[in-house]
Amino acid sequence: MADTKTPAGRAVHPAVGSSSGPLNRRRTRKQVRATAGSGRMAALLVSPTLLVLTIVVLYPTLMALNESLYGAKGLDPKTGFISDTEPFVGLRNYADILGQAGERFWNAFWNTTFFTVVTVALETLIGVAMALIMHKAFRGRGLVRAGILVPWAVPTAISGLLWRWIFNSDGIANALIGHQVLWTTEGFHAKVAVIVAEVWKTAPFIGLLVLAGLQVIPKEVYEAARIDGASAPRQFWHITLPLVKPALLVAMLFRCMDALRMFDLPYILIGAQKHSVETLSMLAQHEASNVRFGPASAYSVLLFLYVFLIALTFVRLLGADLIGDVGADTRKRKGRRLRIPAPRRKEVTA
Amino acid sequence: MTLTEKWRGGLLYAGVFAVVAYCLAPFYWMLVSSLRRTSDIFDTSLLPSSVSFENYRAVFDPAQGFGRALLNSLIVAGITTVLALLLATFTAYAMARLEFRFKRLILTLIIATSMFPVVSIVVPLLKLFTDISWINTYQAMIVPSMSFALPLAVWNLTTFFRQMPDELEHAAMVDGCTRGQAFRKVIIPLAAPGIFTTAIITFIAAWNEFLIALSMTNKPAMQTAPVAISKFTGATTYETPFGSQMAAGVLVTIPLVVMVLLFQRRIVAGLTAGAAK
Repeated sequence: MADTKTPAGRAVHPAVGSSSGPLNRRRTRKQVRATAGSGRMAALLVSPTLLVLTIVVLYPTLMALNESLYGAKGLDPKTGFISDTEPFVGLRNYADILGQAGERFWNAFWNTTFFTVVTVALETLIGVAMALIMHKAFRGRGLVRAGILVPWAVPTAISGLLWRWIFNSDGIANALIGHQVLWTTEGFHAKVAVIVAEVWKTAPFIGLLVLAGLQVIPKEVYEAARIDGASAPRQFWHITLPLVKPALLVAMLFRCMDALRMFDLPYILIGAQKHSVETLSMLAQHEASNVRFGPASAYSVLLFLYVFLIALTFVRLLGADLIGDVGADTRKRKGRRLRIPAPRRKEVTA
Repeated sequence: MTLTEKWRGGLLYAGVFAVVAYCLAPFYWMLVSSLRRTSDIFDTSLLPSSVSFENYRAVFDPAQGFGRALLNSLIVAGITTVLALLLATFTAYAMARLEFRFKRLILTLIIATSMFPVVSIVVPLLKLFTDISWINTYQAMIVPSMSFALPLAVWNLTTFFRQMPDELEHAAMVDGCTRGQAFRKVIIPLAAPGIFTTAIITFIAAWNEFLIALSMTNKPAMQTAPVAISKFTGATTYETPFGSQMAAGVLVTIPLVVMVLLFQRRIVAGLTAGAAK
């Protein structure tokens, strides 16, 4: 992350890694030639993507914002006919969600939050454990890597069906624990079923990202620690964990954002409109599929704001480790990256 | 080798075994269940007492329309992948090689859209597509899918382009190529493995999509495979056809698993791109 130290606006040429003196000067000259007139070319190359994203993301978001201010088509109080247009209701959809239909919204809100916190915590624990094992194992690494990709490749919808079958009342889960639990009916056990299925599918993903982080830690650091007499747990806490932190944080951010929009798994594993597992995505989708676009949009706007807030908090709390990595040069470097000092971090995230 | 070292080695392989078992056991259960007969579907033995392809025959019963669903999935995921890659290749090249203002900001914004809750765009687009009667069309599934496929492809490709040495183009340009020619004749052929990996990752993401396909279709003939399987019906309404669901699940997953096994090295490189470096 050496070059995240330069202010965000004036990034160095991305293809050049380290920053020793003479190299630096040579680079500057090269850069002038190589990037002459590249502004227009960049605009040409980047604009199609931006245009498509504007159409498929920005425009719908603004539409949802607008739509959330309108009510359902209904009887026009003046004429008594069913009107073709949706009446403007201002913030009433939001007031209803937080007031009248509040119970359902807050339930979905807490379900979403609960699933996110619990699954990401469990995934992180299991993922880190997996990564440590894979990192130590030399024989059979290919086999493990192939195996670990299988849960990732199984479509979430299919994994929902698969776990529905496992958690069936006569299924293997009950046979293994020797109890009759009706997992897929309303209740706390339904939450457990969703969490188990979600963690199974995504913990390997965290494992992969953390493993990649482990592999760039130089062996010398551990050797030095061993010579200094650090025990294995101390090495883990004081070397491994701080050094994989950036990779782990990126993985956790991604997982959080993904868990907050959870839809497929509870929808298929337990079902639609189930109080104990209904997430915000399910709530919004259910309203929309019943042509109540006003409330549906209001729900989706609230979900969007929630996701945005969480992402912002992540970036603010955890610094440039996250976004800095995304924007900065992500080339593999020989040297170990240095942690960015705190004041610099603000500069990068700002 | 001392005794403690032996113990440690044994423990490590127990750990490796646990990881592999954790990842594969549920998948194995799907495979085994799909090979059971309907009469012993509730068996809990680890091997089917007698292997039967009854469930697979049931999946391809014309009444289920599963073949059509597979075709729909292939069309939607295929076109999404091709479009996303086409746009992303140019953008990623600019991100990796050119200097321009707001580059960081633009790349961050593109990546940020991939974290966007899909339902937030499905709701307004569902209304829009209802108004212009796009419901039950392929484009109604492809257009929203671009919202996650395109950022994914841009991010992966940017990392791949950055890993290629700058000197390649400089050499080409010294030899008289324009930047466009250097891109076409040098970079693209050399980046082919990266583009291919990105294609696989994007395709898997699009193939696995459920929410958009569920919302934008209501005719069985237009459903994609994941949606169709989730709606499989048994002989009676109250009986879930677990056997044929598992068989269909295996059929939908096997192509992905084969791809993953063949290209695991590349896929891991693609998935972890940017996260650890």
